[in-house]
Amino acid sequence: MSTSHIRIEGLRKTFPAPRGGVAVTVFDQVWFGIEKGEFVCLIGHSGCGKTTLLNILAGLDESSGGGIVVNGKEITGPSLDRAVIFQHHALLPWLTVMGNVAFAVRSRHSGWDNAKVRAHCQKYIDLVHLTGSEMKKPSQLSGGMKQRVGIARALAIEPDILLMDEPFSALDALTRGSLQDELVSICAATQQTSFMITHDIDEAILLADKIVLMSNGPEARVCEIVENTLPKGRTRKDMHRHPHYYPMRNHLLEFLVNRANSFKTELSDPGYDPMHPPVTRPGVGQPAARPIDAPGDPLPEAKTAGR
Amino acid sequence: MQLPLGLRAGLLSVVLFIAFIAIWQAAVSGTGKVADIDPEYAKLMGASAVTGASAMPGPGDIGVTLWQHLSDPFYDNGPNDKGIGLQLGYSILRVLAGFGLAVVTAIPLGFLIGMSPLVYKALDPYIQILKPISPLAWMPLALYTIKDSGLSAIFVIFICSVWPMLLNTAFGVASVRKEWLNVARTLEVGQLRTAIAVILPAAAPTIMTGVRISIGIAWLVIVAAEMLVGGTGIGYFVWNEWNNLSITNVIIAILAIGVIGMVLDQALGWLARLVAYQE
Repeated sequence: MSTSHIRIEGLRKTFPAPRGGVAVTVFDQVWFGIEKGEFVCLIGHSGCGKTTLLNILAGLDESSGGGIVVNGKEITGPSLDRAVIFQHHALLPWLTVMGNVAFAVRSRHSGWDNAKVRAHCQKYIDLVHLTGSEMKKPSQLSGGMKQRVGIARALAIEPDILLMDEPFSALDALTRGSLQDELVSICAATQQTSFMITHDIDEAILLADKIVLMSNGPEARVCEIVENTLPKGRTRKDMHRHPHYYPMRNHLLEFLVNRANSFKTELSDPGYDPMHPPVTRPGVGQPAARPIDAPGDPLPEAKTAGR
Repeated sequence: MQLPLGLRAGLLSVVLFIAFIAIWQAAVSGTGKVADIDPEYAKLMGASAVTGASAMPGPGDIGVTLWQHLSDPFYDNGPNDKGIGLQLGYSILRVLAGFGLAVVTAIPLGFLIGMSPLVYKALDPYIQILKPISPLAWMPLALYTIKDSGLSAIFVIFICSVWPMLLNTAFGVASVRKEWLNVARTLEVGQLRTAIAVILPAAAPTIMTGVRISIGIAWLVIVAAEMLVGGTGIGYFVWNEWNNLSITNVIIAILAIGVIGMVLDQALGWLARLVAYQE
């Protein structure tokens, strides 16, 4: 862990007391690492401080204790090396698609001339399949297309790590699916180190190499780190056929439904060390079972339980 | 009946105009009571006493005089007899001078106020007290300190148009979406570039609303200010023609004030559309 590319070390966030109230510690003693080229998802209920944690990682918010070390250096503020894809795209509405991406590229490469900036932007606009919409304003785009621009803007600065705060949660299921597929192929092609907050279990299984589980706030902790036991190259179409899919899914679901809330009792277990949360690999060493006793096609079950 | 809406509205406007002219004409026609007085005295008293006609000019009189004004708008026969175009020109120049000064003061200051909650809170009581003061109330103070009636009029225009722009700019800047500022922060965009490339375009529609309100107020106030300071300008023209008892010219001046006010507002409305954006 101490050798990880990005290390979250004993992070704590306390919001000051409102007049007459008590200060609220949203999360405390959060430790985990992100390796280079790794895709990490963080799952937890609303109120466990997921967004706050991502904002601290992005440098937009300050921690109340602990720190974040990137490449051996503690971060002190926002950086072009950590690009953020915002939940609600956060495009500048008076700029075109090209203008929005160029705004980011000019921030990274202030010395580039217009032609070079345009060519660089075009590469990333093509990558997210928005070729032909360069001169459109965000108000002329659908929700999915807007988020594609957000992705292109983040990737165009070629960041060290991509930070995503539930980037697809505002989209409909079909659009979400196709954007997830594209993110998979982009990250596979570029070996992009990524950190994503989500509460969508299937999204996490599809995208993540490692899933960090956070208990409910206040005083949320990292309960467990789940290694994705499904092989790389999994797709939305066939991942549910893999024998590890249901053990993974049930493990995560079980966590969100029951353990996230009752974790306080697990905390008192002398074996729990917040610096080294237990690592689990669901499905490995277990019989390839389908524990849900749903007869016949398991697919409808997966759909309804997912979101 | 299925003409386009625009055409039907245009037709209705023309009908209303004709009706208005007809009623006006009927109202001022010579059907009133003829005074039973000495004919010599009646001659002195003018048409209203002799024929019962109103002293109020009819639309025809206005049309004839308007044509005279339009065919020679810029003549200058001394202080009491200048063309209406020339007078309007003086007023527009004063408004643009005072308003321009207000723009270069209010927008940067409003930016500063909007960016800093501290300055916002500190200046708020002053703004709240200064804002509701009638601009004309400043006139004596301006005349005493500036000692020049022309410059005093410009100062009055400045002081009346500064508040809407100041408050709208501060409000627009203070309420820029946090998301957009966060985008700039994560891209390590400097403060100056953030102000120019993010805050200014984001606040531009709100700022333009303030600018548009300001020019409207400035044009309202210039007429009253020029009535006070005299000399030149459309406000002075109106008061001078009232002293000349030329109701015809007063009506023409009222019409001209309306037309110029509309043009100023439309010009800024066009500018506002240029900076508008849709979320």
